[in-house]
Amino acid sequence: MYQHRYFPHTTDDVEKMLERIGATSVNELFNDIPEHLRLKNGTYNLPEEHSEIEVREYFSRLRANNKPLVCFAGAGFYDHYSPAVVASIASRSELLTAYTPYQPEISQGTLQYIFEYQSMIAELTGLDIANASLYDGATATAEAMLMCVAVARKKNRVLISATVAPNVRNVVETYARYHKIRLDIIHEKDGVTDVNALKSMLESGDVAGVIASSVNFYGILEDFTGWSELIKAQKALFVINTHASALGVVKTPAEWGADIAVGEAQSLGFPLNYGGPGLGYMCVTKALMRKMPGRIVGATTDEKGQRVFVLTLQAREQHIRREKATSNICSNQGIMTLYASIYLALLGAEGLREVNVQSNAAAVYALGQIEQRSSAKLAFPGKPFLNEFVIITPNVDKIIERGAEQGILPGVKIGEDRLMIAFTEMRTKEQIDQLVQLIKSAENE
Amino acid sequence: MIKYLPSHEYVRVEDDNVAYIGISPFAAKQLGNVVYVDMPEEGDEVTKGDEFGAIESVKAASDLFAPVSGEVLEINEDLNDNPKLVSDDPMKNWIIKVSISDSSELDDLLDQAAYDELCAKESH
Amino acid sequence: MNNKLYDKLIFNYSQPQRKGYKLRKQCFETTIDKIPANLLRSKAPELPSVDEPTAVRHYTNLSTNNFGVDTGFYPLGSCTMKYNPKINEEIAADEVLKGLHPAQPSTTVQGALEAYFTLQQMLSEIGGMAEFTLNPYAGAHGELTGLMVIHAYHDAHGQTQRTKVIVPDSAHGTNPASAAVCGYQIVEVKSMTDGTVDVEDLKTKLDDTVAAIMMTNPNTVGMFEKNIPEIAELVHSVGALMYYDGANLNPMLGIARPGDMGFDVMHINLHKTFSTPHGGGGPGSGPVGVRKGLEDFLPNPRVVKNADNTFSVATDSSDALGQISAWLGNFAVELRALAYILTLGAEGVATVGPLATLNANYIKASLDDLYKLPISGYCKHEFVFDGLADKSTEVTTLNVAKRLLDFGFHAPTIYFPLLFHESLMIEPTETETKETLDYFIEVMRQIAAEARETPEVVKNAPHTTPVVHPDDTKAALEPRTTWRQINEQY
Repeated sequence: MYQHRYFPHTTDDVEKMLERIGATSVNELFNDIPEHLRLKNGTYNLPEEHSEIEVREYFSRLRANNKPLVCFAGAGFYDHYSPAVVASIASRSELLTAYTPYQPEISQGTLQYIFEYQSMIAELTGLDIANASLYDGATATAEAMLMCVAVARKKNRVLISATVAPNVRNVVETYARYHKIRLDIIHEKDGVTDVNALKSMLESGDVAGVIASSVNFYGILEDFTGWSELIKAQKALFVINTHASALGVVKTPAEWGADIAVGEAQSLGFPLNYGGPGLGYMCVTKALMRKMPGRIVGATTDEKGQRVFVLTLQAREQHIRREKATSNICSNQGIMTLYASIYLALLGAEGLREVNVQSNAAAVYALGQIEQRSSAKLAFPGKPFLNEFVIITPNVDKIIERGAEQGILPGVKIGEDRLMIAFTEMRTKEQIDQLVQLIKSAENE
Repeated sequence: MIKYLPSHEYVRVEDDNVAYIGISPFAAKQLGNVVYVDMPEEGDEVTKGDEFGAIESVKAASDLFAPVSGEVLEINEDLNDNPKLVSDDPMKNWIIKVSISDSSELDDLLDQAAYDELCAKESH
Repeated sequence: MNNKLYDKLIFNYSQPQRKGYKLRKQCFETTIDKIPANLLRSKAPELPSVDEPTAVRHYTNLSTNNFGVDTGFYPLGSCTMKYNPKINEEIAADEVLKGLHPAQPSTTVQGALEAYFTLQQMLSEIGGMAEFTLNPYAGAHGELTGLMVIHAYHDAHGQTQRTKVIVPDSAHGTNPASAAVCGYQIVEVKSMTDGTVDVEDLKTKLDDTVAAIMMTNPNTVGMFEKNIPEIAELVHSVGALMYYDGANLNPMLGIARPGDMGFDVMHINLHKTFSTPHGGGGPGSGPVGVRKGLEDFLPNPRVVKNADNTFSVATDSSDALGQISAWLGNFAVELRALAYILTLGAEGVATVGPLATLNANYIKASLDDLYKLPISGYCKHEFVFDGLADKSTEVTTLNVAKRLLDFGFHAPTIYFPLLFHESLMIEPTETETKETLDYFIEVMRQIAAEARETPEVVKNAPHTTPVVHPDDTKAALEPRTTWRQINEQY
């Protein structure tokens, strides 16, 4: 047997084990596999074993082939501060190397932090019941759409606003296509959902759910006044997508009368990680609890009368309901819910507000400077934004190219002459001034 | 008259072609403590052989199939607050009340003796 | 050791004046109050307000109430709880790699893209596939993505009448659930007494309305589907595709490749076979591979290698099934898997299957006199007992599982597969020593003896865990899922 530090088997072990089994060789254990299916030569065309030294060297080389940039990009993933405690605790291997908490007797750690996470998400959204999380904000929104048609039973049409982020809409659209849901886009007007379009689309009476976003893709806070009544009159569900950090200050999905709140929680101080892992949160009204996908942790008592936590409402799930389950999801984002809950525990409501205040202040300052010093214009003037906005400027490609040279990621290109720029408490005045200079100088090229 | 589906739903027929549908004591025992009953709405139509809801215990769930077709006249609202009633006395705590649209549909259901025989077979 | 001072909810340590953070001093004028008030929340969320030391003690004490692979033997069948190497964690925590924004220009993330591309190629080699996408976030997400590939493929060939997916009755519940989310009707195919697919039954279910069959191989009872060449031929002869659920790929490393068995589409659970941590439920990663001819249907965005050896992200493949993730997948999980494959090397990877299989057969052979073995013959990475051999004791599989906790073991998977009443499914993985297995065997034998002599000891287990017999019915009858609900209802 090939000796490797991850494999503890000595030659003597292997012999004794084979003797107990009654086999003459390890190969004999595979004698039921037809010879022509066996791996050719018993090995792969893969690199040789790397020592730890060489693994580090390999990744040092990969690391050097990236360029870290000062981040003004958002589009759902934001460069926020994270306290040192978060990553330190989340790396504790009792938590990191555990499976889904099927055995509550020896999983109270996982169960309790998920319970606390659920509690915090419920506080942020104002809704009653959060699940133990979904993969990301996009798939969580797709799951919300599936819920809408499952609850409606006989209706199969869902509306989604054009101001929901394109990558979220793409994922929702994919799920809709295969699940045979009719998904229609509600047009936008001046950077927000066209409420008149919504009204006329609802008239057909066949709508099971409406999905909109605030803060929306462009960073704008939408005004959903009256939406809930319109949607409820059609017995449809109202889904609001918001990135989690913004919920510290913006009007909550519950206050807007939403039935389901979903979104990406990466903005709660997660590393950017080139796009993953993130975390999709979902929170619903009590009436929808049993239609919700995903794991749910609940409190109960044990024989000793202690308050303890268990996975509950499992009869909704795939391992019991199979094709009748509310979703095919089997996992939760476990350790990322721990990231979210430690972050929220340390920052508290006050800290989360401060993060938003600082991010917003940086954005407003930057916009003032951009408008003053360049000819770039706000794409949606007069619309309230939180920490991200879109400018119209020629030469977006040039700005991004020159930015990369100077170590700046100036934003996300969302159109030929449109640059979307995000701000967090991490950005300094010097960095913002450099960004403004970059936008200005690209105009003259 | 009480008759059964092989999937363990009973139908108890009262006069005026009104049927009370629930699950048999055998099925209730198999499920264990019922924690949730998913019921249709009043006015919904159920079709013989099709599912009309589901019943959940902590670690199991079963679909509920309609022994007869007809309109749902009433659902047992008590089960929303106290689903365990089904576990305690499933014959008394029916799930839905239906107006039978075609009483000939009752003909091929299992009578008590045939159903008892089925249960005896399944418990082995 | 759990400290009773710290066994509360984090909310219970909250005091208005305490805080656990400090941002830099604000350098710009506050402007948030210029946003119209009706767009802002009317009152602050009730989050905890705690100091940093208390928070650290709280979470550290939580971790002591948990059991992970690093704590002890975790023979959870079908979950492949192998050792999660520390070098993987070091690589994933790299400041540069974890600081990359997904919208960065590809010229500034060549290293990250190379990692993607390299892992795609390595998985293709291991799976015997032409190409992989790393976008799916988990095994179930991989299944769904794989089925969408199949759907897109059939649609592109005008085969829209293919509305069914065949799933063995022994399959994981995820298989039918994924097929249902993908819009398919599910047709079950029976298993034979040895747990393998009943080929005669399969024949009656195959026609041109079938899109695919989903199989695990070895299957959920740990047996290799030796009729797989015949099954593949039958399935392909009606124009349907073969889907390989990679949940049980571990024992096939070094032994056989799904592509060579006739599978067209597969997923791999990086958190099982490729040693990335399960994290109490996630994040995982479920890459999907396809054989030649199906590459175009993989989801957008994709990482591709250009003629000049640079890498880029392609977003516009028109045949693609669509997009199934916001960005390119769980990058930090993929880095760990790449570090693992490099660390094992070709020969190490090829040794995983043999050792995992050896460990499983060793436990099976050491216990099959006391536990009922419904299926004989060499198993692969896992096997299933149908409870204790002596049925007179009325000690159940649940009792045995709970009694194991008293001895510092995680329980095996129980009551799955559904083929047997008292399923107890054991998967040791390749990273366990003979000494650990011997102790596990000894304990399992002791439990069997207790079941005969002092059955109450087993029936009332566990005895030593901090939590004993939680009331699941109460949890489900009146769900309390937030701190607020506990406060209101207790």
